[in-house]
Amino acid sequence: MKGLQTIMGLLTAIVCIVVLRVEAQSPKGKYGNVALTNATIETVTKGTIQNGTVLITDGKITAVGSNVSIPTGTEVIDCKGQFIYPGMIDAGTNLGMSEISSVARTTDFNEIGEVIPQMKALTAVNPNASAIPVTRVSGVTTALSIPTGGMLSGTAALINLHGYTPDQMFAGFEGIVLNFPNTGRRGFFDRRTDEEIKKASDKALASLNDVWEKATQYQKLDSATKGKAGYYPELQALIPVLRGEQTLLVEVNASKDIQAALKWLKEKKVKKSILTGVAEGWRVAEEIAKSGIPVITGGVLELPTRDYDRYDKAYANPGLLKKAGVKVAIKSESNNNNYRNLPYHAGFAVAYGMNKDDALKAITIIPAELLGVANKLGSIEVGKSATLFICNGDPFETKTQVSHVFIEGWSMPMVSRQTELYNEFLKREPGVKK
Amino acid sequence: MKKLFVLLFSSFILLGAMAQVDKGNLLIKNGTVITITKGNLEQTDVLIKDGKIAQIGKNITAPAGIKTVDASGHFVMPGIIDAHSHIALDGINEGTNPITPEVNESDVINPFQIGIYRALGGGITTVHAMHGSANAIGGQCETIKLRYGTFDPEVLKMDGAPRTIKFALGENPTRSHGEGSGIVPRTRMGVEFVIRQAFTEAKEYSEKWNQYNKAKLVKGFRGAPPTYSYRHEVLSDILNDKIIVHCHSYRADEIYMMLKVCKDFGIKRIVFQHVNEGFKVAPELAAQGAMASVFSDWWAYKFEVYYSTAYNAAILAKNGVVTSINSDDGEMMRHLYHEAGKTQKYGGLSDEEALALITINPAKQLGIENRVGSLEVGKEADIAIFKNHPLSIYGVPMFTIVDGIIRFDREKDPDDMRLMVDPKQAIETATFRDKLSDQDHCMEGAEFILDSELFNANKK
Repeated sequence: MKGLQTIMGLLTAIVCIVVLRVEAQSPKGKYGNVALTNATIETVTKGTIQNGTVLITDGKITAVGSNVSIPTGTEVIDCKGQFIYPGMIDAGTNLGMSEISSVARTTDFNEIGEVIPQMKALTAVNPNASAIPVTRVSGVTTALSIPTGGMLSGTAALINLHGYTPDQMFAGFEGIVLNFPNTGRRGFFDRRTDEEIKKASDKALASLNDVWEKATQYQKLDSATKGKAGYYPELQALIPVLRGEQTLLVEVNASKDIQAALKWLKEKKVKKSILTGVAEGWRVAEEIAKSGIPVITGGVLELPTRDYDRYDKAYANPGLLKKAGVKVAIKSESNNNNYRNLPYHAGFAVAYGMNKDDALKAITIIPAELLGVANKLGSIEVGKSATLFICNGDPFETKTQVSHVFIEGWSMPMVSRQTELYNEFLKREPGVKK
Repeated sequence: MKKLFVLLFSSFILLGAMAQVDKGNLLIKNGTVITITKGNLEQTDVLIKDGKIAQIGKNITAPAGIKTVDASGHFVMPGIIDAHSHIALDGINEGTNPITPEVNESDVINPFQIGIYRALGGGITTVHAMHGSANAIGGQCETIKLRYGTFDPEVLKMDGAPRTIKFALGENPTRSHGEGSGIVPRTRMGVEFVIRQAFTEAKEYSEKWNQYNKAKLVKGFRGAPPTYSYRHEVLSDILNDKIIVHCHSYRADEIYMMLKVCKDFGIKRIVFQHVNEGFKVAPELAAQGAMASVFSDWWAYKFEVYYSTAYNAAILAKNGVVTSINSDDGEMMRHLYHEAGKTQKYGGLSDEEALALITINPAKQLGIENRVGSLEVGKEADIAIFKNHPLSIYGVPMFTIVDGIIRFDREKDPDDMRLMVDPKQAIETATFRDKLSDQDHCMEGAEFILDSELFNANKK
């Protein structure tokens, strides 16, 4: 009898554990065919559709318009009074590679070495990073995850913010990161003299040229030997860039450095490149426009780079670049796990002079085009991936609420650790007295 | 002759003690006036006389010779108050000892910093210029008004504002002293101990002086006074409710610890700063009347802010804690109105509740709510005028007014607003902030004692 009790007790305990386990899990994404009806659809590329329907079938957008017939068995979400936008793309993050930015053991974006283009961000993307749900519930569905540090820091990867392996998350773009030799200061702790800065940047440029020369030689050798030129991983990784098959992401901020980078890219005949950061782009906007090289600029919520500059120059920078004829995408701040603020960076660009449509494009279709994924992402069009979000107003406005997020047809649970903490603690039980 | 000299000399002393603060007269016409405490008033005028709000109403006629600002279609709100900043300071951390109440930011005010003007560009008029967070008991802070244009540090000070002091719990003091110098505190236990020890010593110190002062009154007393200690004087002033404690803190456990310390030593006025996990002990904070000054959404830059939520401000406010949103950052302080707006996304606060977080609530936390933080007759004329609603992403500060004087005018101000140009400064050198190391401005000036991943990770 006592034995039976023990067994029953054990069984109850096991059942309890199982139940608790299940409850402790985050809700999963949901896949299926869905019709989003009665919505204002901001297609980005093809204007605004009032009272429209977006049909999602097998992860893709299969119909967009005001007269869409809904197949039987399709789940219908009534979006009356709601807006549908393509998922926002932040082309400047380290999402998945950083858990707590100041705790080195939780970060994976900064490998040792000056020339390490072979280090692949995609390898180090943790699909369960806590920042991923925090970011995606805001409507940012896609992010460029970028390794930093050194000169050629590694290979950045575009990821969708849903999936259980890096390959499931991979969104179709990889590019080599170059931190162009820099004559700027890094912040209050950078107390180098101007001469020291100049010396360091000259040295860095010489070593960049050296690497490029070696890579060029290696590439020829590689062609001649049909890929048997020996194991030089850092040079091998540069071959696609030299052959014009892969994009070089050139991080550069000071105006002089931007000019130097444009000259360098021309000299080296780099076919595919994007300037990133570009904080002082407004100073040399005409030159950038003339080069035809596109820009991913940001964060926008920044201080001016020089004491004598107008106080709002960082806010105005994207608009000034666009006005000069530069193709501009906007990114948020790097390294701070607040990529959810991407729409506010775009919103500030608008408040300080950029056209609103241009700012919306700068976080949707333009980054999609620059990263070569515009056939799948960046707008609401038939045939594209069902990566979009539904909200109750202008997505740039601070108080706008996002109610649904779809990533490649998967409906995302609208929870993150931050919403869970809210639910637990808004009315804490017990309160002061137990 | 001697009389004249005395007169001259005393007037110099007077001038020194009472800095000449400019005060203006102004009429702001036809704006939507957001009073904060008394609702919104459409198409309303605000008349300012001698730096104070003299009248709020419709169709006020401009007194002769008074300057007028047309605020038609604009929003007129109280100047924004940042309860946590380190601008306008030449020193932030006296990071040499876990207990340094004897130092005072009041001695290192720098009126030339361009950051002051940039803050005006974000509608800020009052700033709590704080000591850093390297020490468990840090230095005294200074509440300043952004009277940009003056060369006199005294003019920036908000005369008569209550004294405040910085405390710090958690990783910063333990990193600075325990890890950095191998002395207590290395843990949160140590932080509690050094604070309790300091207060206990201060109580003994006051007791000795009380005994001496009493004994002194007895005729024929011949004893020597106790040794004077400014450190213990300041600590005693905290215990006697003469200084408001502003306590840098993140985790719920350390906040709870400090609440108990306050109870045990009879400290009534405490504002927790940052307080990312304040939401976990919101009922306890409310019950003790402690206040909270928080970030809108910063998290994950160090371990003690890993379990944060952007809903913190809303949870605190809804639990009855007087809450403000601060910046601790020269950039973020330029859009505190936007940061306050995030409480509408994260927790659904009303316009009024959200704007209180950057006006009347920080004023309460600094003990200046009778002078600033709302638009009411008799209050100081610190005002921000916005194009578009201040909680909208498209809100743009157009004018910022301090004591009735326009200190920021978006349309008229030239690009270069420096007060002093350093002849040695290289013209072409630009500064690009490194977010990874910049997140914790509270540690500025204390890097030298840190063997920190924070500062080394990005040196390359």
